Amino acid sequence: MSPHDDHPHSHDEPHPFQPDIEDGPITPRMVMAQAVEELLIEKGIFTADEMRAQIEMMDTREPAIGGRMVAKAWLDPAYKELLMRDVNAASLEIGIDAGGIPIRAIENTPDVHNVVVCTLCSCYPRGLLGFPPDWYKSRAYRSRTVYEPRKVLEEFGLTLPDGVEVRVHDSTADMRYMVIPMRPDGTDGWSEEQLASTVSRDSLIGVSVAKTN
Amino acid sequence: MNTPRFAPGDVVSVRADHPPGHVRTPYFIRGREGVVQSVLGAFENPEELAYGRRNGEEKPLYRVTFTQADVWPRYDGPANDTLVVDIYEHWLEPRS
Amino acid sequence: MPIRRHHDMGGLEAGDVVPSEHDFALWEKKVDAIVKLLQMPDRKILTTDELRRGIEELGPGVYDELGYYERWISSATNMLLEKGVITVDELGRKMSEVEARWNADREVPK
Repeated sequence: MSPHDDHPHSHDEPHPFQPDIEDGPITPRMVMAQAVEELLIEKGIFTADEMRAQIEMMDTREPAIGGRMVAKAWLDPAYKELLMRDVNAASLEIGIDAGGIPIRAIENTPDVHNVVVCTLCSCYPRGLLGFPPDWYKSRAYRSRTVYEPRKVLEEFGLTLPDGVEVRVHDSTADMRYMVIPMRPDGTDGWSEEQLASTVSRDSLIGVSVAKTN
Repeated sequence: MNTPRFAPGDVVSVRADHPPGHVRTPYFIRGREGVVQSVLGAFENPEELAYGRRNGEEKPLYRVTFTQADVWPRYDGPANDTLVVDIYEHWLEPRS
Repeated sequence: MPIRRHHDMGGLEAGDVVPSEHDFALWEKKVDAIVKLLQMPDRKILTTDELRRGIEELGPGVYDELGYYERWISSATNMLLEKGVITVDELGRKMSEVEARWNADREVPK
């Protein structure tokens, strides 16, 4: 007899298999999250299906999408013009709805290297690239990138010459930013797919560059 | 209708006020002088939205560029390094 | 001495950036989804601004002790209580029920 058999609930209440609570501590806020989800579903605020669809959708959002868009822009001037104008429109062109929050592209050039931070919280183009990495949300990154960007970039293995302007963008308001890295040398004749593989998540944030290795 | 007060190229300073409450102008940029790079459009004021007031009042939002050496007295990088912050109009004044 | 709020950390000294990442647990993805669904245009029960404000109001100690999604759910829940979408009473009962259920699940021999 399972422990579920004698507590009253309808078939619509979600008791999903939760691998993350099988091991590790059950914390108060994990319990809070589950409780809030169940209450909101009981009240008809949203459905279990909507929850599932939202989680599945976010699982499909990843830096590789940004990589594809950058590669396409490197190869097609018209697409690049669209990308530089409106990343959300450019992502719709490749069948991805990045959502309602406006995302803008900032282009690296031989003279300017861009890096994005959100000092106040952790704003990031999630609707396109998925969840930001822990370090992006960390105290160290949020505090230091604005005043010692070159030192932070060195910690990521990137050193830029003095002649290149390092431009830090603090994403404080309604816009989200994605860096368009420069196309690496030695990629003449590469396919869009091959070019996309040179674009890492870190190069879309600006702590790295697109690389062939 | 919200006509932006500032245009690209305008020199502006960020108000040096420090209220508590929900503000999207970072502490480190208050009182600093920069140049408007672009006008992003008008958006609902986060300082109102944060408290549940959705009265639709919109404020023009600007990308403002600052020279790092102007922001940090001990900036340890090249003179051409910059910092760009998105700032709502009511936090900006014309150059002092 | 001007007020600098605890979350407003640009310019403060800090250690090296540790390039850490982790795969998100299901509960974290649920928090993300709950917040997103509450914000949807046809619902607008919560705005990003309210969520952020709630996180900022958690205060220095709690802000630093809690993990990222712990802050999100703390803020979202406080907002839902404030707005009367859920009551303290039903939340308390449901949280106890969830905890008891999970503890019981763990005791079931595999």
